[in-house]
Amino acid sequence: MSAIEFEQVSLRFPGASRPVVRDCSFGVNAGELVVILGPSGCGKTTLLKLVNRLYEPTSGQIYLGGTKIRQQSVTTLRRQIGYVIQQSGLFPHMTVAQNIAVVPKLLGWSRPKIQMRVDELLTLIKLPPQEYRDRYPSQLSGGQQQRVGLGRALAGNPDFLLMDEPFGAIDAITRASLQEEILRLQNQLQKTILFVSHDVEEALRLGDRILILQAGQVVQYDTPFNILQRPVNGFVYELVGAADRVRQLGILRVETAMTPLSPSHSPERNPSIAAETDLRDALSLLLQTGAAALTVVKGNNPVGVVGWQQIQAAAQGKAA
Amino acid sequence: MSYILQNPGLVWGLLLEHLQMTVLGLLIAVGIALPVALLIHRFPWLNLPLLGALGTLYTIPSLALIILLVPLFGLNSTSVIVAMVIYAQIILVRNLIVGLQSIPATVLEAARGMGMNAWQRWWWVQVPLVLPIFLAGLRLAAIVEIAIATIGAKFGAGGLGDLLFEGIAQAGREDKIWAGAISVAIMALGTNIALLRLEDLANPASRISRRAKSIRGKPT
Repeated sequence: MSAIEFEQVSLRFPGASRPVVRDCSFGVNAGELVVILGPSGCGKTTLLKLVNRLYEPTSGQIYLGGTKIRQQSVTTLRRQIGYVIQQSGLFPHMTVAQNIAVVPKLLGWSRPKIQMRVDELLTLIKLPPQEYRDRYPSQLSGGQQQRVGLGRALAGNPDFLLMDEPFGAIDAITRASLQEEILRLQNQLQKTILFVSHDVEEALRLGDRILILQAGQVVQYDTPFNILQRPVNGFVYELVGAADRVRQLGILRVETAMTPLSPSHSPERNPSIAAETDLRDALSLLLQTGAAALTVVKGNNPVGVVGWQQIQAAAQGKAA
Repeated sequence: MSYILQNPGLVWGLLLEHLQMTVLGLLIAVGIALPVALLIHRFPWLNLPLLGALGTLYTIPSLALIILLVPLFGLNSTSVIVAMVIYAQIILVRNLIVGLQSIPATVLEAARGMGMNAWQRWWWVQVPLVLPIFLAGLRLAAIVEIAIATIGAKFGAGGLGDLLFEGIAQAGREDKIWAGAISVAIMALGTNIALLRLEDLANPASRISRRAKSIRGKPT
């Protein structure tokens, strides 16, 4: 069974004409980042809040790590799930350190352990502890607040993270750097993440898989690559802008289109590009250097090759 | 002024009596205002009728209100304290509600989502955030109560009002009027300053500026 499993989950608010969430069944694997994408009012935030029981489903079951979420007390459940919301929701009367310490305190950790954890997390989210530990949220920029919100969600070392449009209210440049930060952290921490977004670029950039929601129903649940190449219907096609080929290149990671390295290939001759960068950057590098192909590296190891052929194939919707 | 210096024991005694009445009135008022405010916060439709009723009570002149209460509670400090409690309600309840409403929904949602139970949400989040606004109301209520307690002397409640009314009743004793007026004024100002301090301590914004000052003040 998957780390998070929805089984025929529906939710209808009392007095509402139609359910907000209808017959949702899907699974999220451990260590996977799934973006829930859809227009506003499609029920994506509601779907997320069903996981930490801010809403209770009218019917169906939700499993977390193999057990029904209703088997635990609601507070015990929530303390195991990191929760990041739009506009951070930081406690304005607590310092950065106190905000991060909330869940460890709820879990009954010792003071020295909490203190160590706070500094560890501040370092992880790139806010030097000496400088930021004792600041109040109002003394931070929007981006910094959101970083602290992320640090706070990670504090109890949860296996699961729920993120509700965390970067929705943040300017484009800061948002891009925070998205990069999420990918870096996810690489390092391997949490199971449900991430709500209405931003297609964000979804394609971050998601291992994307769950597309329309009027409370799952219409497509697949990798970014497959969603772009094989949208199931007109709604998805329109939503993700599948017609724009250059845009597609800009959101497909190089590793999704590369040809895995064959033993005969000697990587030294070609310029190299990181596996996490997108195909648009790869195209740009090819044009710039005049090389026939690029060596794809992950960390410091060459893992594949990407060239004109692979880029063209990706743009035309053929898997590499 | 000279009257105060000549009769320090007497004035001090009256001042303590005055203070005792005010503090007792405030404590009872807070004890009632808190559940009322929570009730209104929980059931918003109560807002209009309850605040309306309390506001109407507030418009009754204090003298008239105490007179109305005398048949019920007798000619003593009880009637005066009851009047104080009634007057303070609108101020305290309104500030508590404003305070509760000023907490951003995202903050409460975060508290819930992180696994705080209702008790923890109340003590860790709601109380500290409501406190500065509540204390502002408490300060205002305290001043109003000091004023009512002064009038209360007319109804046998004691306190510094005794000096004022004696001064008026006895020919040529303006010194008593001065002594009473000055003492009440000092008490009101003192209370105001003390509660303002408390308010300042409870306010996160001022914590920030204090910290900034202490950093700037450090020798380099």
